[in-house]
Order: sequence, then structure tokens, then C-alpha cells
Amino acid sequence: MARLAREHGAGLLLGLAFALWPALAAALGLEWSLELAARILIYALAAGALNLVLGYGGLVSFGHAAFFGAGAYVVAILAYHDMVLGPVAIAGLEIPGTSDAWIAFPLAVLVAGLLALVIGALSLRTNGLYFIMITLAFAQMIYYLFVSLPDYGGEDGLSLFARSSLRPLELDDNLAFYYLCLGLLALLLAAKALVVRARFGWALMGIRDNERRMTALGLPTFRYKLAAFVLSGAVTGLAGALIANLTEFVSPAFLSWPVSGELLVMVILGGIGRLYGPLYGATALLLLEFALKEWSEHWQLALGPILILVVLFARGGLAGLRRPRGAGHG
Amino acid sequence: MAEPLLSAEGLTKAYGGVRACAEVELALAPGELRAVIGPNGAGKTTLTGLLAGELRPDAGRIRFAGREIQGLDAAARARAGIGRSYQITSLFPRFTALENARLAVQVASGHSFGFRRAAARDRRLAARAEALLGEVGLEARAAVPVGDLAHGEQRQLEIALALAGRPRLLLLDEPTAGMAPEESRAMVALLQRLRGGVTILLVEHDMDAVFALADRITVLVGGRVLATDRPDAIRANAEVQAAYLGQDGGDGAETAPC
Ligand SMILES: Nc1ncnc2c1ncn2[C@@H]1O[C@H](COP(=O)(O)OP(=O)(O)OP(=O)(O)O)[C@@H](O)[C@H]1O
Ligand SMILES: [Mg+2]
Repeated sequence: MARLAREHGAGLLLGLAFALWPALAAALGLEWSLELAARILIYALAAGALNLVLGYGGLVSFGHAAFFGAGAYVVAILAYHDMVLGPVAIAGLEIPGTSDAWIAFPLAVLVAGLLALVIGALSLRTNGLYFIMITLAFAQMIYYLFVSLPDYGGEDGLSLFARSSLRPLELDDNLAFYYLCLGLLALLLAAKALVVRARFGWALMGIRDNERRMTALGLPTFRYKLAAFVLSGAVTGLAGALIANLTEFVSPAFLSWPVSGELLVMVILGGIGRLYGPLYGATALLLLEFALKEWSEHWQLALGPILILVVLFARGGLAGLRRPRGAGHG
Repeated sequence: MAEPLLSAEGLTKAYGGVRACAEVELALAPGELRAVIGPNGAGKTTLTGLLAGELRPDAGRIRFAGREIQGLDAAARARAGIGRSYQITSLFPRFTALENARLAVQVASGHSFGFRRAAARDRRLAARAEALLGEVGLEARAAVPVGDLAHGEQRQLEIALALAGRPRLLLLDEPTAGMAPEESRAMVALLQRLRGGVTILLVEHDMDAVFALADRITVLVGGRVLATDRPDAIRANAEVQAAYLGQDGGDGAETAPC
């Protein structure tokens, strides 16, 4: 029990705060803040997925926007065919669009996962700086692909007419949507807590700390890195499906490199390789952005120095503030 | 001699103009402890790398346990029964000694696609990891993070990792490197216990250790095998003396042409 409190205390507390926030916000007349809170949860989900490869696998992916955007576009394109364009004929088959989340969300996960499989298979042979550049290059390719697709809005993007329907849940109800985001985040955090302590997580950490030794011990490291990359991409795609529903709008901006950068910053800010790090990081970064935006339109000028201070003075990120020297995870 | 457990023919590896290994021939009998000696830069580490599969040879063939293995990568060779240690300690520095050993046992015990059960709770992994630490004399240091281990203890752990897969062949690259005399003696005692049970290729600079342990000695100079023989014959070999043993540390032969 004491161990549980020590390892999960702050994270669970923050989770509880998110769970209670809608009631509190309603009491305080801050209903508008639900959108911001949901955005934080969605980014925490994506950053948490990135943390699997970055924090545990040591793979600095600068291309996770590709999976985020892919998830978002799958939802939007399916909805667009459902509402506007009508079915597409592929190989003589009439394939209708859909606004049903039970179909669209799993497809978003599948497409993002397959994309990660392809990008990972081609980039995981490289290391260090090359890996960063190649993942960035692939993400930019996807970005330009969607910029040049006029059928799906090109640069202007696509609007959704309504949120997906997740019967019996009505996602147009902001509260239901918020708790869906929170529930998925909690579920995937719990899954990740298991995975990183299981054999797979240890193999990843071994590769991160000494890939040469892992190979000499007999581990074919490539397939483990690829598996982690695919899992990470798939969950990031789920986050993308949620963000499309939150904003009811998608554009190539979701696929652009600043999104990849933001996700990296969230992980680093929160604490690389720490279970709740991405939640802390997403919360801190998005709240900070929000506050600075209120304060000045040149908010990005102030954000840089603050981030540098955190990285300099809170090594190990926000999660490291309470426990300066963790055992590599927790 | 029975069929060798490991044999190499014409192993060659060049770095630019330097032939680090040149047409190396090698045959290790099962159970043999073979020392490989030679001056700095003679190609000893390169030879271990070629045998372990970390380096690709420019030419040559390697047979292990009755089959050609030059097509196998390092991980596959490890699974086929070749364990190795490094001249420069190569561990998992953030983890404890026990966690290092457990990770090695985990890799040796099959695939690592386990997603649910905590590896730390796996009694079978822990038991075998503890036994490994016991084998190298580190059982009392199990909970110590690798960074806090003494250099000699890290070298012992290095051997434990090499043993995790129950290899048939151990490639040990200067296990006593950087050790104090006391630590060195403990390492020799450990190798003494291991010999016979597993075939060992031991790269070593410490001549006391070499002559105490080796069944046979291969002398490498400038990437070439100068001689392979019993220890007393090597000691008496004039060529070897000229090229290596006579010189203090052998630094003079570093740039031997090939
Ligand atoms: N990666 C490399 N790139 C270029 N040259 C190399 C490389 N590795 C080794 N060499 C060269 O190959 C030769 C053999 O090196 P190697 O490390 O195998 O020698 P060694 O016998 O292990 O020496 P030591 O006793 O110092 O450990 C040396 O001349 C070395 O400079
Ligand atoms: Mg060497």
C-alpha cells in the first residue's frame, strides 16, 4: 500500500483531479475549461504512447505527428464520405463512409499502426540523429500528401458535421466525451504500467541502455523496437481519432512537425521513461500555453526560456521532482 | 583430435589499409581453454568480434558445432551457444547486478514478447539469475546498482552475463583488464572453475593468468597467427619471444606490417 502510494501517488492524484474537474468547473461556472482539459487528456495519451519508444526504447521519434494526424484523418474522411461524398468504389466494391466510432476508432488505430509498421521498418535500421531525421522526413511526406489532396480539403482541412457516435455513449455530449478521453487514458496508462514491467519492457530498456549487449545476449533487437514503434503509433492514432472529435475539424496541421515537437516536449518536460511523465508534461505545457496566450500574443517567446529552466533544474522532468533518483521507471 | 567445436579458416578483416586479421586459422577442441595473446593492436578484439558475429569478415569461414555460422548475425550466434564478454565493460549501468543477470537470463530463456507478467516476479528468472551471480561470486552484491560496483565486480558480472545462455563456447576479451592483482586472482580462480565445463577462447595480456589456465596458446601478431602450441612450447618459441614475450608489454609491435 505504501509502495503503491509512493509510486502512483502524484499521478493518481492528478487523475482524480481530472475526474472531479467537470463537477468543479460546473460549480465555478468554468464549463468552457472542459475543452482544454479534454485536449490535455488527449495529448497525454499521445505523449504517453511516444514515451514507450522514447523513454523505454530510447528511440527519439520526431515523426509521431504522422500517426496522430493519420488517426484524425481516418475519422474525418470516413465521416466526410458518410455525410457528403457518399461511398467510394474500390475494386467494384461500394465502401460507405461512417460516423460510427465503433468502426472509425479501431480503423484509426489500425491505419496508424500499419503506418508505424512501414515507417518503423524503414527507419529503425538507423540510430541516433539519422533516426530523428528519417522519422521527421516520413512525417513531412505524409503532411505534404494531405496538403495536396483537394478532395479532403487540402490545406484548409475538413470539418466534421458532428462527433462520432459511440452508442450507447453520445459523444456530442461534452461530458460523455470528456470521460471517454479520461477512461481511455487511464486504460492505456494501466496497460503501459504492465507492459514496461513485463519481459517486453525490460527488453526495451535493455536495448535503450546497451543494444550491443542485448544482441550479444541473443536478442534480435530490431523486431522488439519495431513492435514498440507499432504499438506506440497505434495508440497515437487513437489519440488522433479523439482530437478530430474534440475539434470537429482536421487539417494537415495535425500532421505537421510542430505536433511531433510538442509531443517530444511533453515527454521530456514530464519525465522521460516515467509512467505519469507524459500526463504531467501535457498538463503543464498546455496550461502554460493557455496562460501565456492570455497574457501576450508573443507567448511562444516566453515558453522557450521556461522550458529550458525546467530541463536545467528539474532533470528527470516534473516526475523527477518528487523522486530525484528513480529506478528507471515508475 | 575430435571434430573441433569451433574452427575458422582464412578469417580476414581490414580497416582501410590495416589488416586487423589476416587469414587467421583457428580450431578449438571441445572443452579446451585456448588463450590468445599478442601485442596491442594485434587483432585479438577483432578476432573475437568476427567469431561472435559483431563484425563481418572480408573473407573466411567459421564453423561452430558442426555447421557454418558466418551467415548468422550476432544474436543468432549467441542463441546457437556462443557467449561473450567485452574488453571494455558492457553492462546495463542503471540496473542492479541482479537485474542485469535477470535480463540476460530472460533473453536466454526464449522470446521477450511478454506483456503482462512482471519480470521481477518471475521466480524462475530470479532463481537462475541468483545462481549466476553465485557462480561468479556476486551473490552478496545482488541489490547493488552496477554503477556502485567495484571495477572487479563489474568484470565478474560481465562473465555472469556471458554465461547466462549456458553457452558451449565462451569468448572472453581480457577479463582481467584494469583489475588490481587481488581481483585478477579471483578472476583466474573463476576461470579455473569454469574450464572443462565450457570451451573458452581467452584473450589475455596477463601472462601469469595465461600460463596458469591455457591448454594451448595462439599468438597473434599484426593480424596473423604466429604460432599455436602448448604453453611450454610457446614459452620456448624463439619467434614468439622475438615478436612479443621478450618485449615489455609488446608495444613495439603495434604497427607490425601485414
Ligand atoms: N573500428 C576500427 N576502425 C579502424 N581500425 C580499427 C578498428 N578496430 C580495430 N582497428 C585496428 O585494427 C587493429 C587490431 O585492433 P584490435 O582492437 O583487434 O587489437 P587488439 O589485439 O585487441 O589490441 P589490444 O590488446 O589493445 O586490445 C589495430 O591496428 C586497430 O587500430
Ligand atoms: Mg583488444
